[in-house]
Amino acid sequence: MSVRLLFELFITFFKIGLFTFGGGYAMIPLMSDEVVSKGWLLSEQLMDFIAISESTPGPFAINMATFIGYNQQGILGAIMATLGVVMPSFIIILIIAKAFHKFASNKYVVGFLSGVKPVVVGIIFAVAFTFLLKSIFNIDILNILDVEFHWSSLLIFLTVFAMSRIWRKLHPVYIVLVSGIMGLIIYGFIL
Amino acid sequence: MLFTLFWTFFKIGLFTFGGGYAMIPFIHSYAVEKFKWISDDEFLDIIAIAESTPGPIAINSATYIGYKVNGVKGSAFATLGVVLPSVIIITLIAMFFMQFRDNQYVEFAFQGIRIGVAVLVLNAAIRMYKKLEKTPLAYVMMIIALLIILFDILPVILLIAIGGIVGIVNQLIKLRGETK
Repeated sequence: MSVRLLFELFITFFKIGLFTFGGGYAMIPLMSDEVVSKGWLLSEQLMDFIAISESTPGPFAINMATFIGYNQQGILGAIMATLGVVMPSFIIILIIAKAFHKFASNKYVVGFLSGVKPVVVGIIFAVAFTFLLKSIFNIDILNILDVEFHWSSLLIFLTVFAMSRIWRKLHPVYIVLVSGIMGLIIYGFIL
Repeated sequence: MLFTLFWTFFKIGLFTFGGGYAMIPFIHSYAVEKFKWISDDEFLDIIAIAESTPGPIAINSATYIGYKVNGVKGSAFATLGVVLPSVIIITLIAMFFMQFRDNQYVEFAFQGIRIGVAVLVLNAAIRMYKKLEKTPLAYVMMIIALLIILFDILPVILLIAIGGIVGIVNQLIKLRGETK
């Protein structure tokens, strides 16, 4: 056990918690910046973990913090990382709980959020495109010459995407299940 | 009272798969209808708070409702309750499930699942795009942010901070225009 690493887990996830606006997926590039670059997780593992997180209870941020914390430093690591990701929200809500209406109509807060919202939408689209390019064409955007295209991957994409657009309220866990079963059949038994 | 807070949020944490907005109806049925900890108006406030502060909605709402019911202690118990199921389940997955990850067939399934994940993220982006107030400035900022992240030009934190500053400046200019 390393006290320095425990502290680093706490600080890293504190930062992630502090800058996550607009829910779970907006934190994916931040996760990549902070966690993949530290070698705590490979970018494929990050995608696998999103699937695990969608199929288990609880918010993505907490699940991610617990998972990485545990892998790095066992139970204590899980606790420190989770504490880190929770702390910013906890503190901010306690501060504004008494005067929420004033907070929400403050011109700086309104302005800040009006600027952050479109940026977050852009970030999530970028994550979606990065994942799609990677999983269908095996393209790394920074190394675009290395293209491999699989019809089978495009087939899985079109199937689950159509499913999710036809049944709008479909729970994410079904997307995970169908794409997993198709992956198993196509890559495991057909190809 | 503290235990009820803890236990209620433990259940909310345990039964909301997919996190985030899936939690809203659960929180409503417990905190507003069953225990009457907060009013309907306050409930709407919480959603607005969750959208205007960083962090997961589960944590934001647990902290806020806990505070309303029993001060800082209430916040701590409610937040602990909502976090604990994830911590326990994910620790178990990290301990046991990940051993299966090297299995060849599990890897095939995950190759498919990664495509499913890309679809989930794409749908989240489309959903948020629909809710966005569509001003020319918002479009420009969205597209620039998309390109910056896609080509990995700036760190995310810096990008969000710049977005916020542009928003503040724009808001101040707008307000000045209105007062003139």
